[in-house]
Amino acid sequence: MAARKKSLTVFIVASLASLAFLAISPSQLGARMAAQSKPSRIVSVIPAVTEMLFAIGAGPQVVGVGSFDEYPAEVRTLPRVGALLDPDLERILALRPDLVVVYESQVDFRRQLERASVPTFVYKHAGLADVTQTIAAIGSRTGRVTEAASVVRAIESKLKEIRTRVEGRPRAKAMIVFGRDALALRGIYASGGVGFLNDMLEAAGGSNVFADVAKQSVQATTELILARRPDVIIELRPQQMAPQDLTNELTAWQALSAVPAVRSGRVVILADQRTVVPGPRVAEGTELVARALHPGAFGK
Amino acid sequence: MNIRRRVALSIAGFGSLAVLAIVLAPLVGSTSISLRRAFDWSQPFDANVDAQIFFVARLPRTLAGALVGAALATAGVIFQGLLRNPLATPFTLGVSSGAALGAMLAITFDWTIGFGGITAVPVAAFAGAGVAVAIVYALASARHRGLSTDILLLAGVTLNAFFSALILSVQYFADFADTYRTLRWLMGDLDVSSYQPILSAVPLVVVAFAAFAWLAKPLNLLSMGVDSAETRGLQVVQAQRRAFLSASLATGAAVSVGGPIGFIGIIVPHLVRLLVGSDHRVVLPASALFGAAFLVGCDVLARTLIAPVEIPVGVITALIGGPFFLWLLVRKA
Repeated sequence: MAARKKSLTVFIVASLASLAFLAISPSQLGARMAAQSKPSRIVSVIPAVTEMLFAIGAGPQVVGVGSFDEYPAEVRTLPRVGALLDPDLERILALRPDLVVVYESQVDFRRQLERASVPTFVYKHAGLADVTQTIAAIGSRTGRVTEAASVVRAIESKLKEIRTRVEGRPRAKAMIVFGRDALALRGIYASGGVGFLNDMLEAAGGSNVFADVAKQSVQATTELILARRPDVIIELRPQQMAPQDLTNELTAWQALSAVPAVRSGRVVILADQRTVVPGPRVAEGTELVARALHPGAFGK
Repeated sequence: MNIRRRVALSIAGFGSLAVLAIVLAPLVGSTSISLRRAFDWSQPFDANVDAQIFFVARLPRTLAGALVGAALATAGVIFQGLLRNPLATPFTLGVSSGAALGAMLAITFDWTIGFGGITAVPVAAFAGAGVAVAIVYALASARHRGLSTDILLLAGVTLNAFFSALILSVQYFADFADTYRTLRWLMGDLDVSSYQPILSAVPLVVVAFAAFAWLAKPLNLLSMGVDSAETRGLQVVQAQRRAFLSASLATGAAVSVGGPIGFIGIIVPHLVRLLVGSDHRVVLPASALFGAAFLVGCDVLARTLIAPVEIPVGVITALIGGPFFLWLLVRKA
């Protein structure tokens, strides 16, 4: 008797539980599955990944971008929610995102999103190969595997074409500068032997004068620049420049006339965003670098 | 020993140290060069890498270090005497944070304003220092017949905090590479790569040093206390004004050349006082010379220790200066 009563209780509890499960779970579980498989409200505060999202056709799902996002043109009308150092959690949550792209070093920000149960896609700048890997990864995360694959193929074939063009040509000893005080040879930062700038240079048929420095950036002092004797100096700037500014900035290099690149007039300023964003346009950026290094390899 | 002899002796001693540092420093660097080729005038300078490393990279850097070191060390002496506080530094009264704000703005917004061949960052730094000095001076002079050192100190410290907050907000507008450069500026950098910044700063430092020479005796009197100095016929307010303005001028010039390099202005004066006593007529020239030698030496370490990677010179001065200063403190006690 007692045993029957007990089993009855177990039966009732079990059915109630399963009822409750059926009543609550399908919608919620479904929503969670959807969030995992195909996010429809994406926030990205990393310009490179924002570009990737648009390149693979996930642009319509992007509902918020970072302070420094400029490409493609669609991002200009989207809400801006901070950047690497100052992500605005409140505005991000107000956008009700189901995926937020964060940088690897944003540890606190990631923890806050986790607490709010918002899924994240963690990104970190690394080498050129990581660009295509990231595109593939964000493609599978947003359910756009085929589009991502075709973007990756386009980048790879473009890089291959560049490599073929510069193949057999002597590798130019080059320095990639990505920061410098205006009109002076002070505060100069150049690419070290790791990172996508270094990889771009290698792919473009150059060899980095700072290849031995296992860091993404090197403070290029006057003495180092003179001693490393680059044959080509390529300065990367994210913003377009007026012709007069360009001339003035190039003239600033004349102080180091013993550097082969200065003596032979091979200091080039590439004022083009494509050269500094490790996103889907990275192969186009690489081509710009390759044209600066090997003008003869590319017909006009 | 009379005072002239003591001054002459300390100038000879610290002077030879400074000369030694300035002569030896350009001989070493992150790379090795052939001195024979560097001084081979038969080669055109345009094509002579060794000569350019010596004359464009190392020599201006060494001279900048000497100038900045001398200016910061003596400014430290003056501020300590003026505020009658051994913990005062050239940066206590807001000069450096004003300069830092100017430099941040110039770097972040890519200003291209130049002035007589000097570029935007040092010009903006110097202007920022001027603004900070003007604010502190106005506050300390207001509602007082003279210059209140208490208000000077409080206003300076508050302004430091306020400008630091402004600097942080400017950094929010900076992109990543700029943020990196602004942070690096704050650590001090003597790689000036031309003589222009030094030549522009020299007249300012000379004016300041002339004022320092006049200030040696008044500061000696002030060290006995304001009332006692007054009874001995010192025009205290005039002396305080000159001390504040000239020391700020030297600091502003130094920071615009090399950034806010810390510890020089506190370590060097104290070390010198330990060695030669506290008479400003001896301490001031000795601090100038020893400050020059000390900073040139620190910069040699900065560029050679882990070459080709450069250690910020402000990090070196802090790493050497901090423990050394603590050791001095304990030993003295």
